[in-house]
Amino acid sequence: MVATVGAATGKGAGRTPARPRPRESARPATSRPSSWYLAPAALFFGFFAAFPLVLVVYLSFTSWEGIGDPTLVGVDNWVRLFGDSRVLDVIGTTLLLVVLGWATQTPIALLLGVWAAGQQRNRAILSSIFFLPLLLSTAAIALMFNRLFDPYFGLAAEFGPFQNILGTGPGALGAILFVTGWQFIPFHMLLYQAAARNIPKVLYQAALMDGASGFQQFRHITLPQLKNTVITSSTIMIVGSLTYFETILLLTNGGPGTATYTVPFEMYIRGFRSFEFGYASAIATVLVVVATAVSLVIVKFSGFTKMRSTLEGM
Amino acid sequence: MSTLPRRSFLGLVGAGVGAGLLGTSACGTDATGGSGGDSGKMSIWVLQEEAQNVAHRVALDAFNGRSDVTGELVSTSNDGYRDRLHTAMGSTNRPDVFYNWGGGSIRSYAREDLLVDLSPHLSDNPEWKDAFLPSVLDAGMIDGKYYGIPARGMQPIILFHNKAVFADEGIQPPTTWTELLSAVDRFKNNGIIPFALAGGDAWTELVWPEYLVDRIGGPEVFNAIAAGEAGAWGHPAVSQAITMITDLIDRGGFGDKYASVRWEGAGASTLIAQGRAAMHLMGSWEYTNQVTDQPEYAKKDQGFTAFPVVEDGQGDPKAIVGNPTNYFSVSKSSPNVDAAIQFLREEMASDAYIDAWLKAGDVPAVRNLEERMDKANDPAFVKLVYDMVADAPTFQLSWDQAVERNQAQPMLDALAQVFLGKLDAAGFVKANEDAA
Repeated sequence: MVATVGAATGKGAGRTPARPRPRESARPATSRPSSWYLAPAALFFGFFAAFPLVLVVYLSFTSWEGIGDPTLVGVDNWVRLFGDSRVLDVIGTTLLLVVLGWATQTPIALLLGVWAAGQQRNRAILSSIFFLPLLLSTAAIALMFNRLFDPYFGLAAEFGPFQNILGTGPGALGAILFVTGWQFIPFHMLLYQAAARNIPKVLYQAALMDGASGFQQFRHITLPQLKNTVITSSTIMIVGSLTYFETILLLTNGGPGTATYTVPFEMYIRGFRSFEFGYASAIATVLVVVATAVSLVIVKFSGFTKMRSTLEGM
Repeated sequence: MSTLPRRSFLGLVGAGVGAGLLGTSACGTDATGGSGGDSGKMSIWVLQEEAQNVAHRVALDAFNGRSDVTGELVSTSNDGYRDRLHTAMGSTNRPDVFYNWGGGSIRSYAREDLLVDLSPHLSDNPEWKDAFLPSVLDAGMIDGKYYGIPARGMQPIILFHNKAVFADEGIQPPTTWTELLSAVDRFKNNGIIPFALAGGDAWTELVWPEYLVDRIGGPEVFNAIAAGEAGAWGHPAVSQAITMITDLIDRGGFGDKYASVRWEGAGASTLIAQGRAAMHLMGSWEYTNQVTDQPEYAKKDQGFTAFPVVEDGQGDPKAIVGNPTNYFSVSKSSPNVDAAIQFLREEMASDAYIDAWLKAGDVPAVRNLEERMDKANDPAFVKLVYDMVADAPTFQLSWDQAVERNQAQPMLDALAQVFLGKLDAAGFVKANEDAA
């Protein structure tokens, strides 16, 4: 985004000689912070993300128990990976969680956010209560719900159909969706609340004069005005949910059986339980590829590259 | 310039979480508690369990009082201990002495030559070696060498039962498989869960095939599996054990919601303590947990007995399975190897250490414990555990510790599927053969 803006300004600067403006000639429009400002972030990213990533790709061609020296084994891990039906299963579970998580969290967060954007006092109080889950640690949330879902001594014991919720595949998936939704919807609600408050009142006033109903206002003003926020929130949601790990480890432990194994969880099990760090690295590399592919797809189909202000023309 | 690279950049950041997780093992330099070459201090890694650490502290205080080297306990919670230990063993900051489960938990360290072979030290000091029960000391052997000294009580799997529930039904704890099945039917019909089970964690289910395979086919069946012999999983005893387990599940032996119960929530232990379940097949640590969490029940109604005999089985009914004990092992790279060995030699069988364990409810793996049993809170339990181990022809280490590390998880996964009714005996055998 910054680069795009910079290029546009640059073009503008190129045209300035025709119509010189004294203030700009004193200080060039292209004056931006030196690229050295990027150094701390670049170093941090390089050391904690790029370097381990390269290392993981290297490890995926080795056999390593986590101690001693890794032994190069060529493409053995990759051959095994492509013949491993389990990997397909865990990718499927991961994508299912991503899609269902997005499909449940987005509408709820959007509606709550728009509702919370109202200026009424009760809404301010309620939305600060809704916001609370965001302040809790993921591990604490997962452990708390794990206890609540106990079929004999948890809250689930009081609700017949939910008693064995962690004991069935679909139930456990639903439980993960519920818990992650409970945890992350407040954050996205906050994004939508801020965005909804930025929608110019004049649009609603005009609609009101034309006799638009509340639903029509929502459908034709609020939703289109929130388009960019939907894209931002969805990207965070999707990329984030690809790497859910603590919730699964502590809530379902991948179970029942292997029903809620996701790619990061499988990677952990292979690495830290089975000590197959080479194979775990191959799975990690797959995760990188899948995550990158998914975010590229979002960029491609959301029109993110052409994203314009929703206030254009006003 | 488009913004596309920035987006994929973000994608990589997300994935970097995963990569970073693995990366920590590659460049982990967590120095806290590592030896770091300090020759005046000796780090001793243990679990963060206060009840246990009382005994370790007794031993350490005695040792520190007369040695130039000061030993320090470094404790980590059970969930994170193995990950942390493995990361440390892969770095240069290894603990001097560390607590472990023998078998698979240290096999890779032994093979990488990171551990001190204690065999010559034990042979040089026969009175040290003879202080321990041989079956327990030997269970810590790897490739014929001793790498660990028993550092806790013995933990055989015991059939726990609620005496009040059995009294209500007017029946005795089962001593044969047939009696077990009829007790199961009876409890189920009367609305009591026959066996409590924390089925959300597959290791709690592993105690069933461990005992059944041993009772049906004897110890050789699993020894062949642990040794990695081809076709060992195909032994008929394995299939028969899984079929018996499936039968037990189908009869409602574990109720119908066990798959949702996690061990950490103590749900299974509470079920039996409250009398909603009648029995619990679990390690001796269950006894200690009940003493802490449900003291009333532990005192009054907690019953314990050996696993039943399986009719027509070839195995010895006195054979037991479980964790023989926990061990202390010594890092070869430690600057304090001599002090560490001295600590293990002088303290691990000392009277003060043994009394501290007895007091905590543990039964240490030492000979001639009979004379000291009255120091325990519950001499009956100590006697049961001690006699079980002393009389046992074999003490099979828990399967997930005994097999190669990369086969343990597939085995647990397959067993979880059996308990969910999604895999039959043939499927279980095949899943394990594929992983082997």
